[in-house]
Parts: sequence; C-alpha cells; structure tokens
Amino acid sequence: MKLMPRTFQMVLLFFIGLQTVNSQVMQVFEKFEDLEKKVFKNNDTTYVINFWATWCKPCVKELPYFESFNTSIGDQKIKVILISLDFKNQIKSHLEPFIKKNKYSSEVILLTDNKYNTWLDKVDAEWSGSIPATLLLSGEKKLFAEREFESEEDLSKFVHSFIHSL
Amino acid sequence: MNLLFQFLFLLSFLNPGNPAGQGYQPGDKAADFSLKATDGKKYSMADYKKAKGFIIVFTCNSCPFAVKYEDRVNELAKKYTSQGYYLLAINPNDPAVQPADSYDMMKERATEKGFVFPYLFDEGQQVYPQYGATKTPHVFLLDKNRVVKYIGAIDDNADDASMVKEKYLENAIAALEKKMDPTPAVTKAIGCSIKYKK
Repeated sequence: MKLMPRTFQMVLLFFIGLQTVNSQVMQVFEKFEDLEKKVFKNNDTTYVINFWATWCKPCVKELPYFESFNTSIGDQKIKVILISLDFKNQIKSHLEPFIKKNKYSSEVILLTDNKYNTWLDKVDAEWSGSIPATLLLSGEKKLFAEREFESEEDLSKFVHSFIHSL
Repeated sequence: MNLLFQFLFLLSFLNPGNPAGQGYQPGDKAADFSLKATDGKKYSMADYKKAKGFIIVFTCNSCPFAVKYEDRVNELAKKYTSQGYYLLAINPNDPAVQPADSYDMMKERATEKGFVFPYLFDEGQQVYPQYGATKTPHVFLLDKNRVVKYIGAIDDNADDASMVKEKYLENAIAALEKKMDPTPAVTKAIGCSIKYKK
C-alpha cells in the first residue's frame, strides 16, 4: 500500500482526534437537584437511567447490555443515560480513560454529589444505595430496580414491560 | 410438599434480591450469630456480657467504598470498645463470586491494616439476609438487648474523612448514651452490592 499524502494524513488524524474529544464530552453535575432538573424530564420519552461507577464490577459488566440496548432503540422514544458515581479524585485516572476506551453511544453523565443521604431517596425511596441500580422514567411513572441485568434481553424485557404498563 | 418448602426456604436465602420490606428496621430485635473471625475464633454478641451496644459493620476487602472506610472503622473500634460498644465487622460476600473476599484474604487484610476488631466471615451467607444488608459498607447499631437503633452510613463523606460534616453513627451512639432514639435512625449511601451466586 502506498503512503497517504502527508496533508491527507494530517486531516484524517485531525478528524479522528476530534471524534475522540467528542466521545469524551460528559456533562458533570455537582448537585443532584441540578441533574434532576436538566435530565429527569417529564415528557413522552422513556428514560433508562443506570447508576454505575468504574469501581463497581457488576456495573461494568452490565454496561455493554445498556449500550447494545441503546443501539437497538431505533425510532422508539427511549433514551439511555449512564450516570457515573465515580469518586471525584478518580475522574482523570479512572473514569475518563474508561469512557475514552469504550466510546459509548449512550449519554454519559457524571454526578459527584456525595451527600448521598440527601438524594438517594429522591431517585427511589427503596434504594438502599447499592449499585448497579436502574431507574425507568416516563412522565409521572417510574420503575426502579436495585439489581444487575444478566443480558441485553433481560434489560430489554424490563424496559418493555414498563412501557407496556404505562 | 415438604421438599418444596425446604426448597423455597433455601431460595429465600440464596436470592435476597431487593431488600424492600425485608431485613431489619429500627426497633426490630436482631438475631445473634456465631461467625468465625480472622483469628480463627468464633464470635457471638452473647459473648459480650457487659456490652452497652454493638456496631455491626458489613464490609469487605474488595469494595472501594468499603476500603475508603477501613481506617475510620478501625478508629471507631478503638474509640468505642472502651465505652462498651463493640464493633464486629462481617464480610458478607461469597468468595466464589468475589475471590478477593475469601477468608484467607480477610486474614491478610486484617493483619495488614491492624484491625483491632473481629473481622468475621459470613460463611454460607446466612447472616446478612437476616439483617437486610444489601451493600458494603452497611452499618447496624444495636443496643445491649440487640434492638436495632440505627441503620446506614458511618458518616456523610466517603471520599474524605476530613470533610465529614455529620458523623451519623457516632451521633447515634451518643443518642443511645442519653437513652434516646437516634435521629436520623436510617441514612443512605452508595455502596457495592453484596456478592452472591445466582
């Protein structure tokens, strides 16, 4: 294979670089209230909100199920949001490299509000605080699960049974 | 039929699932246990005849959240043992699922960190479902009659001990000392789910 012209190579590299930067763009919220206002919207979309962290093994194991579910949504009004609860001092060392490596198509948000006792109940009164945990939201209705999913199918069933119950 | 009940009974232990409505609430009397510590001896609350209370901490080696509290748990044990409140830590994880939480690894961790409290292994995972523990760390404060007085977090800042504003557990112990019920009696914090075979 012949070498690409240098300028073309540079342009290509620039675009690859741009994409990597793009995939790292992540909204950060320091207060749950701010996240709640901006992300938990009351409309006709079903939000699939997963709480996870890079330090949580079962969370990392199930993230690919959320990802493949996200790519299978098509034109259904469903939105997957992955809310990382990573420690503030591990964002550069753990979270950013992890996001960069995995290039998620789902929206990734970082919530650094560590006053857990003030907001866990607002997600769901029955959440004891263990992760992974997943919240489904649609208008006024919600369904919460403090558990990990076994497969994309498991997750998909959970979401669709919620949608059918609406 | 009998077999079916036995099966269901076993299932209730194998799959604690979501703890909603299960496990202890403040005011419930907690069951005693007899669990092996890293020193090879078995410990029960009944062994502590003069106890004013017990600090039961479900914790483990492998959870980063629990690790952040290790030194604080050790300090609590140092501070409160002399006051008659005995801290007993219990690792509830199944080492078949999380090898870092095996009995041998617990022994290593206890030596490494110089734990001054018994670090117990919930072998067979019979104790944590009774309590309704769902994560590590998860604390249950009991009075001398083993009545649950407080459930939840140690304090309000896992990240940084120096930034703690509310020492929930210590406040709860102080309330007990005054013969009062702690407020809050329940707090919530993030933690690692307890590992069990599915």
